[in-house]
Amino acid sequence: MHKVFSRPSSLKDKPFRYCPGCSHGVLHRIVGETIDLLGVRDRAIGIAPVGCAVFAYDYFNIDMIEVPHGRPPAIATGMKRSRPEAIVFSYQGDGDLAAIGTAEIVHAAARGENITVIFVNNGNYGMTGGQMAPTTLPGQKTTTTPGGRDVRLAGNPLRMCEMLATLDGPVYIERVSVDSPRNVQNATKAIQRAFKNQIEGRGFSFVEALSMCPTDWGLTPKQALEWVRNSMMKYYPLGVYKDIGSAQGVKGQERMGQV
Amino acid sequence: MGATTTKIVAVTGNQAVAEALRQLNPDVMPAYPITPSTGIMESFTKFVSDGKVDTETILVESEHSAMSACIGASAAGGRVATATSAQGLALMWEMLHIASGYRLPILMALVNRALSAPLNIHGDHSDGMGMRDCSWIQLFSENAQEAYDNTIMAYRIAEHKDVRLPIAVNMDGFIISHSIESMTFIPDAEVKKFVGDYIAIDPLLDIDHPKSIGALVLPDYYMEHKRAQHEAMLNAKKVISDVSAEFARLFGRKYDLFESYRLEDAEVVLVALNSAAGTIKDEVDRYREKGVKAGLLKPRVFRPFPYEEVGAALKNAKAVCVMDRADSYGGYGPLFMEIASAVQPHRGPVLFNKVYGLGGRDLMPLDVDQLIDETIEVAKTGKAKMVKEYITVRN
Repeated sequence: MHKVFSRPSSLKDKPFRYCPGCSHGVLHRIVGETIDLLGVRDRAIGIAPVGCAVFAYDYFNIDMIEVPHGRPPAIATGMKRSRPEAIVFSYQGDGDLAAIGTAEIVHAAARGENITVIFVNNGNYGMTGGQMAPTTLPGQKTTTTPGGRDVRLAGNPLRMCEMLATLDGPVYIERVSVDSPRNVQNATKAIQRAFKNQIEGRGFSFVEALSMCPTDWGLTPKQALEWVRNSMMKYYPLGVYKDIGSAQGVKGQERMGQV
Repeated sequence: MGATTTKIVAVTGNQAVAEALRQLNPDVMPAYPITPSTGIMESFTKFVSDGKVDTETILVESEHSAMSACIGASAAGGRVATATSAQGLALMWEMLHIASGYRLPILMALVNRALSAPLNIHGDHSDGMGMRDCSWIQLFSENAQEAYDNTIMAYRIAEHKDVRLPIAVNMDGFIISHSIESMTFIPDAEVKKFVGDYIAIDPLLDIDHPKSIGALVLPDYYMEHKRAQHEAMLNAKKVISDVSAEFARLFGRKYDLFESYRLEDAEVVLVALNSAAGTIKDEVDRYREKGVKAGLLKPRVFRPFPYEEVGAALKNAKAVCVMDRADSYGGYGPLFMEIASAVQPHRGPVLFNKVYGLGGRDLMPLDVDQLIDETIEVAKTGKAKMVKEYITVRN
């Protein structure tokens, strides 16, 4: 019988402890499969953020480091420069990357560090219990904006892809979603390209994935999917924001493990 | 006891402090959520949303910015508060010195948590001890009631004209912040009357009298500023005693610079901060029933540290075990160093130091019993086998 699925060897055989309906599981698997596919598991180093994905080191079967809140791009810079052969990626949430770590991500991008950044945007601080994040949509209710985010008081959400795309440093910036099979395929392609860029020495790659947080949004997983489609995607449109001489998608023979 | 009517409530430590902050009604409250202090801001933003306070909350992008916003708001002339823990406090460190150097009476609810690395979210005092030298008044609280009462008293102390320093009210992460206990709140009107209106000194918003804050001061005057901060800290001791006495008169709960529990004739004494004191009191009672003259000294005020008073309280003890829920690696525990300084002029008891409960490891009654037993032994022999040792730790 033809085997249609195996767990990527870049992921441990360990059940995810994320909430039901959370997108971290899907994104972990895409990253794990990509590392397998590109054959770089023995030289990949992942950086876990502070936030729900703080336990990413429990799930990835590669070298991982957990670092202070918001600092992964700075740590990644040091790692990549001291070990250029390593494939260094940070995996960060919006509380980590778009709030306390805004300076780090902007400057790593501006320097064009040859690293890969996976940015998981669920529009709130998930781990601490669903507080307002910089990415929280106008009017969105959180535990610290019980009446909905009032932009006159709390400012406007940050669009990280659009912001970083204004810089000369990055080679590739794309926003994806994992709300449907088709979008999961697109997200997979984007993450593959982001890793390939690094392997080929092209420079800074950034993939933002819109993610569901049913628990903290107070929605069922199905309602949360609708929220991603009807609310988040309107404010955070999917698409390629920057692509300067970046790697092409992974081709057929590469899928067969002949990279 | 005042004529206060209070009802008993069941709340967490975080809810208790949030309730105190609601009653204090600060002008501005900037914060960034961090476990285990998150619940304070969560409850407080609900008060804001429900129109129960006049406070402007600012949800900033990091703790460094939270304390910076506190400084701006306080320098402008507002009554200001924030809440944080561990890494959050660590990130504020640069601004902590600036808050005290500007002499701004900012109130911080500090829910004590271990510092990374390794990453840990549970309660110990590493964060609070890390701000020891930042010229902030530091109050410690055994339970939710004490955290609430200390918070209610905080502005009266910090804003006093002889003090004018920022103040941090500590309570143990999770053990207190997340546990529900029964306690009493003071009615709003009485809190309002006790705390009084804020009169800002030299606020930047007094635009008819323009001024600069934070000017460059080189070797010519820097030391005078720092000496003034030290004097203000010394003044704070009396202010804390006075405010606590007034609080006791009005509301019936007595606080001092430290708590003495069965200490008057105690021969073997344990010293500990915050929630551990609750467990220790039970065991002190048990040993007292067995005829052992055991006692507890629980510092409430860590900065300014009441050296003379603590020294006098401990001078007749035979042996004192100082328990630190934080360490100064390669040195003694921070509380031990204070107690040693306090008893030094008295040539009093034999001291030894135990580090316990780091990263939230539980302190069980049996652990306390072992410490009391060891203290009895030290009192007998007049000698401690090891001056400093960790307890409940793997070899």
